[in-house]
Amino acid sequence: MEYLDLIFQETYKILFLLVPVLVSVAMIVWLDRRVWAFVQKRQGPNVVGPFGLLQSLADALKYIFKEIIIPASSNKIIFILAPIITMTLALIAWAVIPFGVDQVLADINVGILYIFAVSSLGVYGIIMGGWASNSKYPFLGSIRSAAQMVSYEVSIGIIIINVLLCVGSLNLSDIVLAQKDMWFVIPLFPMFVIFFISALAETNRPPFDLPEAEAELVAGYQTEYSGMMYAMFWLGEYANILLMCALGSILFLGGWLSPIELYPFNLIPGALWLIFKILFLFILFALVKAIVPRYRYDQLMRLGWKIFLPLSLTYVVLTASYLFYFNLLPTS
Amino acid sequence: MIAHAIFFYVFSIIAVVSAVMVTVSKNTVHSVFFLILDFISISCLFIMIGAEFLGMIMLIVYVGAVAVLFLFVVMMLNVAQQKNQWFISKENSNHIPIGLLISVIIFFELIIVIGGWKYKPDLFDQGNLSIVNDVSNTHSLGMVLYTDYIHIFQISGMILLIAMIGAIVLTFRQREGVKKQSYLKQISRERAEGVEVVEVASNRGVKIDD
Repeated sequence: MEYLDLIFQETYKILFLLVPVLVSVAMIVWLDRRVWAFVQKRQGPNVVGPFGLLQSLADALKYIFKEIIIPASSNKIIFILAPIITMTLALIAWAVIPFGVDQVLADINVGILYIFAVSSLGVYGIIMGGWASNSKYPFLGSIRSAAQMVSYEVSIGIIIINVLLCVGSLNLSDIVLAQKDMWFVIPLFPMFVIFFISALAETNRPPFDLPEAEAELVAGYQTEYSGMMYAMFWLGEYANILLMCALGSILFLGGWLSPIELYPFNLIPGALWLIFKILFLFILFALVKAIVPRYRYDQLMRLGWKIFLPLSLTYVVLTASYLFYFNLLPTS
Repeated sequence: MIAHAIFFYVFSIIAVVSAVMVTVSKNTVHSVFFLILDFISISCLFIMIGAEFLGMIMLIVYVGAVAVLFLFVVMMLNVAQQKNQWFISKENSNHIPIGLLISVIIFFELIIVIGGWKYKPDLFDQGNLSIVNDVSNTHSLGMVLYTDYIHIFQISGMILLIAMIGAIVLTFRQREGVKKQSYLKQISRERAEGVEVVEVASNRGVKIDD
């Protein structure tokens, strides 16, 4: 009985996290389209609901009622598994994101490694989808995206090492608390820029959306998907983008901490600060989508391996030697 | 504790079954997917015994990087058909005895290791590695790795580096007549150089060298 109680309690907590995440994913799609339209002097979705806020819900409803078509020559089990995996992986990573002191579902010691591991598993949804469709364009798209995600993970990993050198712990709450005096965006500003660009590439956002470059590959790995399965890919992608924004704000922008420890700012709860920061980063993501043209594939690979990797490695050496020389290395 | 036991059995059964399926399944891509499932369940087992750092590193390195490359190779080369032919044809299957021999040797080695651990506990003397509970296992790993075993750690790093250089040397060849794009050239191109105004005499045409 006690065990069942525990399970109910945990389920309640999980739902309390997951439902807001899913709703905010729907809202963020609307925001993305609105920002995109704003930059291009269009209206964007503005019909369904006030300011078009319910557009995503209408889209979701449409997807639910559409027929799911499974190609005859596809590998059916893997074809169905792929969107499920993408969405599950995008959602389970939220378990370790701290929204305040002790406001976290699972406060594990290796939180940052967990997020890194889950985001590196995200490749599989795409590879499986592309391969199981048994068609040329999806396959090419999935191969491209796998190479891209694996390459940019390397530089993200090294950027995370930079932050960890200053913190001395893999726990996400510790990382936030270590920024009490100064957000890491100030001493590690170049790393923040590289992290932002790598996050764009990692989540297959424009200008690095080569896996689904519509001019070359129709829609990349999603070409054969329809109905709710396509919507799940789509939800997973946006949940991943939100996750990357959350990770960026935790690593560099001080997570739930308010920018100034003064009277009016203290009143706002930490979770709201985190949400503001996530939104700020997301609007940057959306702006980049609207104003930057798509990269060529070889340029993308060159940027990842020949520029970001050496730069972030050099910065690790710099940070480590600075901390060591001035005896600032964190002790625990 | 019962829940712990249930989870242990679930993960170990998945691990064993998927390990068998890696070798049994006909489609090579399915084999790789089962291998990934195996890695994941083993890293779950690592986490269950409290080695969370090892479990996560296992996920990141093996599942996130190594298995992706496996999948790449298997998907690109389309080995699925070759594997089936390989077992059917006569001249290829004479490698099987050698493979069996090696697997038997590995099996006995494993038995020796497990047996030695069971009957001679002092073989695996923990030495100065005492289990401290208030230090997280990332810290304790770091403390051991960078002090007592620093030379072994660095040597293994060197071995990996040499392997990497070897792989590059083996596959690198200078190809002739391949058109390459120079980024610096492309970026530094200006409008003045891009467009050239040519005086064309009538009825004669013009020759532009390229």
